[in-house]
Parts: sequence; structure tokens; C-alpha cells
Amino acid sequence: MLIVGELINTSRQLVKAAVEAQDAAYVKQLANNEVEAGANYVDINCGTKVHNEPETMQWLVETVQSVVSVPLCIDTPNPKAMDVGLALAKNGQPMINSITAEKERFQAILPMVLKHKAKVVALCMDDSGMPETADDRKGIVRRLVGDLTAKGVPEDDIYLDPLVKPVSTSNEAGLEVLETVSFIHDKFPGVHTICGLSNISFGLPNRQVLNRLFMVQTMTVGMDAYILDPLDKVIMGFVYASQALLGKDPFCGQYLVAHRNGLYE
Amino acid sequence: MYNFSDLSKAVIAGQESKVKELTQAAINGGAEPLAIINEGLIAGMNVVGARFKSGEMFVPEVLVAARSMGAGVAMVKPLLLGQEVPSSGKVLIGTVKGDLHDIGKNLVALMLESGGFDVVNLGIDLAPDKFVAAVKEYQPQVIGLSALLTTTMLVMKDVIELLKEEGLRDRVKVIIGGAPISYDFSSEIGADGFAPDAATAVDLCRKLLA
Repeated sequence: MLIVGELINTSRQLVKAAVEAQDAAYVKQLANNEVEAGANYVDINCGTKVHNEPETMQWLVETVQSVVSVPLCIDTPNPKAMDVGLALAKNGQPMINSITAEKERFQAILPMVLKHKAKVVALCMDDSGMPETADDRKGIVRRLVGDLTAKGVPEDDIYLDPLVKPVSTSNEAGLEVLETVSFIHDKFPGVHTICGLSNISFGLPNRQVLNRLFMVQTMTVGMDAYILDPLDKVIMGFVYASQALLGKDPFCGQYLVAHRNGLYE
Repeated sequence: MYNFSDLSKAVIAGQESKVKELTQAAINGGAEPLAIINEGLIAGMNVVGARFKSGEMFVPEVLVAARSMGAGVAMVKPLLLGQEVPSSGKVLIGTVKGDLHDIGKNLVALMLESGGFDVVNLGIDLAPDKFVAAVKEYQPQVIGLSALLTTTMLVMKDVIELLKEEGLRDRVKVIIGGAPISYDFSSEIGADGFAPDAATAVDLCRKLLA
């Protein structure tokens, strides 16, 4: 299981304020908290700083790396900011979030994946738009895995994001993703699957309930990485409990650590 | 005066078959076709919009309510005999170039239509010249731009600039929305308004055209 901590994102008001005030202490504390709570990667997203994203990326990467030793996930659709973040990332193997099957984006991001030997989140969408059905997604999955491995990206570095859409606007939105993850797990057992959890619950009340359950459901069909808020004790508790129930936690070791860390109060 | 409160309630509850039944009853009872639409069907949908905005109703309920309202409107329209349904205004809406997101934009379009606006939904991935050409063709009062990516939100500014160059900026109000969009950003690029959700977008259009 790989957990990417999502909190260092300038679309969050407190992070935005910290960036504007160059409040390094806040950012350091947040990154530390994420890692202590179990994040294997720290995501850095400053996309909302549209006028100075590369500079902001540089400051955030340097600030975070001054306190944590886990690798970073450089999260931006902007190739310039991506390049800056990756050039500075020095804690182990960085992760790129994200590449897609859109022609331009694929060509812009691929050289960086290769140059930095990075892990890469590959989002299941192409130039024809957002996929609706599992079959749409399967076609894109085949192309992404085929094209990435043909260019030399190891399967183990590929994290397919099936593209989660809200269940509020399409009854089958959850099922389409579950079917896609099962398909990937079956046909491409060497690649990983990842997703964020908030899209599924857009437009509905009690979003946390849906997000948590969708994590358990996707994990059950083989998803093995999540981009989430690791400071949410309930969801981290669910991660470890679900792993144990799926036979992926020998002697329930992680689950018991989570218990002793107070995740099930 | 025909009493439309049951019809409105059926729209609010999203009961399509009941809406059809009550619409037929209203027609049979001699109610004015336009009154059925405005005081029955749209009036119900206005309540849905308000409850959605206040967090009492949710997206799936809005969708079924809009569908049930549409079923009623479809029954009444043939009876209008050339009379136009008075429009609240014409709105063009689309997602900007490089951006393929459409869920939020379609929700806004649906809520506007349900609120009595004429909506031209242009689709996704639209370059500024597409918006400008559509403004010339459809002559809307409002144009709504959607962007969900931080890399595409700047295209909104390009649309506004091109409208200025073409001398069209004074003829159309520009409103913007999408996850990364803020009120500050809308002021910065010279838009006329920003709405954080679909129901607010309807209120915003009404306010801009008042």
C-alpha cells in the first residue's frame, strides 16, 4: 500500500496563506505531520499560483525536503513547474502526478518520467474527453500501459488512475471504476492503481462516509495506492484494517500498530 | 385561478409520472399553457434551486426534478401555438480550451434551463475564437466559462480579451466558474461575476440581467 499525503496544496486556504507569507514553519509542520501519520509520499500542488507556479514549487519542495526524508509527488499539469519540482526532488524516487493519454500532455511529461526515473500517475483520459464506461477506460489503460512500457517506463513505476467521477450524476460511476480496477489487476498485474477519493462524493451529503467506503471497495478489487489526507484518523484506520482483512498485513502487524497509535479510539 | 401547488410539489419531489398526470389535469381543466409552465413547473424548480443552494437538496434530486419538469414542459409546449415561453435571457456556456471537464458545466446549464433561461451548451475544449463566433451567432446576454484545471483557467482571460478586441465585450456579461476559480480571480481577469455552484450561477444571471 502506498499513501500519498495530499495536504500541501495551495487550493487549501491555510497553505495558500502560508505560501504567501513564506511561512516555512507551517509547511514543515504539515509535511512532518503527514509523514508521521503514515504518508509514504508527500504531494506538492501549487497549481492555483498561476502566475508564479514554478517559483512556488521550488520554495515548497525545498521547504518540505528540509524536514522530511520521504520522496515527493510533484503534482501539476504545468510542465515548467513539474520540471522545477523534479530537478530539486532529492528524497529517493519522485512521483509525477500526472500524465494522461492526451497527445500533447503525454509528449510533454514522458521525457521527465524517463529523465528522473520517476513513478508516474497515469490518468485514464485522452483527447476524446473523459471516459464514461469501464470499456472506455480499458481502452485507455491498454494504450497508456503499452505506450509507457514501450518507452522504457517499468510497469512497477506506473500508477493508473481510473478517473473517478461523481456517483451523484451517474448511477454507475462507482461500478465503472471497480470494474476497471479489476480489469487492470487481472490483465496488468505488474502495474499499480491509484486514485483520490473526493470525486466520488461530489454533490452528496456525508461525503466522508462515501469516500471511506469507496476506498475499501476499490482496495478490495486490487487498488494499492491512494492520494488522501493522512491526518484523517478514520480513513487511515480503514486503510490498515482493510489491508489486514484482505490478507495483506502479515500477523496483523500494521493494524496493531495503528491500534496502539490510537487510530481506533 | 388554477391552483398549481400540487404540480410544483410533484416537480420538487421529482415524481415524473405524477408531474405528467397533473400537467394533463391542468390542461384538461383549462389552465393557461404559459401559466402551467411558469406557475407550476418552473415555480417548483425554483424551490429546488433554493433548497439545493441551502444544502437541503442534493445533485441527484436536482437531476430527477429537472427531468420531471422537462416531461411536463414537453406536454405543454405543443399547446402554445406559436406563443413564445418568455425567456429569462439567453446564456451561452462552455468549457475552455485544453479542458475536458463537463459535469459542473452541465449542471449549471441544467439549472439555468430549469430557471427559464435559453441555454446554448457549446461543449468542452473550446478555443476563445469559438466562444466569440458563438456570441456573434447566438447574441446571448450572458456567456458562462468553465475551467477545472489551473492550467486552463487562464484561457478565460483570453476569451475576455478577444471579446474586447472584437468589440463585443459591452454586449455580453461574462461569468466564470470551476473548482480552482475564485471571486478574486474573476475580478482580476475582468469577468462580470463568479459563482461557486450551479444554483448561485442562476441567481447571478438573474442579478446581472435585472
